[in-house]
Amino acid sequence: MRFAAHVEVRLRPGIADPESATIERALPALGFDDVSAMTTGRSFRFELEADSAEAARSRAEALATRLLANPVMEDTEVSVSTPVVG
Amino acid sequence: MAPLVGIVVFPGTNCEHDVAAAFDLVGARTRFLWHGERSVGDVDAVVIPGGFAHGDYLRPGAIARFSPVMEAVGTFAASGGAVVGICNGFQVLTEAGLLPGALQKNSGLRFMCAPVTVTVASARSVLTAGVAVGAELTLSLNNFDGSYVCDDAVLDELRAEDRVVLRYTDNPNGSIDDIAGICNEGRNVVGLMPHPERASSELTGSADGLVLLRSLLSVAVA
Repeated sequence: MRFAAHVEVRLRPGIADPESATIERALPALGFDDVSAMTTGRSFRFELEADSAEAARSRAEALATRLLANPVMEDTEVSVSTPVVG
Repeated sequence: MAPLVGIVVFPGTNCEHDVAAAFDLVGARTRFLWHGERSVGDVDAVVIPGGFAHGDYLRPGAIARFSPVMEAVGTFAASGGAVVGICNGFQVLTEAGLLPGALQKNSGLRFMCAPVTVTVASARSVLTAGVAVGAELTLSLNNFDGSYVCDDAVLDELRAEDRVVLRYTDNPNGSIDDIAGICNEGRNVVGLMPHPERASSELTGSADGLVLLRSLLSVAVA
């Protein structure tokens, strides 16, 4: 079966995030003075072949921590959908 | 015979000729090691130079660590061989797990290209063995992701084991503990963000990098 996987990579809490801080600082000038706790990250979507959703998730998690993220400074969040049809 | 330095070249590496020219000045022979090679041959030391290996896609060094030559570099390092990663090479070494920590975006979110002063913090590494602790060197910084980061446990270990080899005198990028360069437990693998090869002639501003390259050669053939 083919599963659709989604991996989100974000900086770990406590790691300096100058990009998000800069975005947040720019917002009041646009009238968004009610925004806080801004974070940014990267999103990866792909499909993979596996026998079950659990197996697909485990492969996606391995891929996420081995390549897509650097665990020294980044966290990952993996989700796997129901089998892709077609 | 003059010592032989292997210079790793990935697609996107761009400092290999500068490194070769600088080693030529201090009397070493050099050989380029293409990233697809599975052996480093009979080199006395390996340098991973700066640039944008594999386009720096994903993260600097993230793809390069899977190049075949990196397995050979790992084996060479494990047997005590001297390995130095400069700038992008430092990023590759952290991604490959040969050095702890990681390099993240400069705190000012700017690509930095400027001379920088570093202080030698430890002489107990292949790159700094011939330099006095406390010596100040003017080198060149040329990177976007140059801010060294690691967790508290790693930082404690680096400090306790005297493995911070270079510190910025005026931290330009937010690096933790002003770290500009570190070494591994064996002290034979060193990574640094500033470019010693770009400080190889007074004509271009500084020749302070040559003492580092000489250190590497003297240790590598010892």
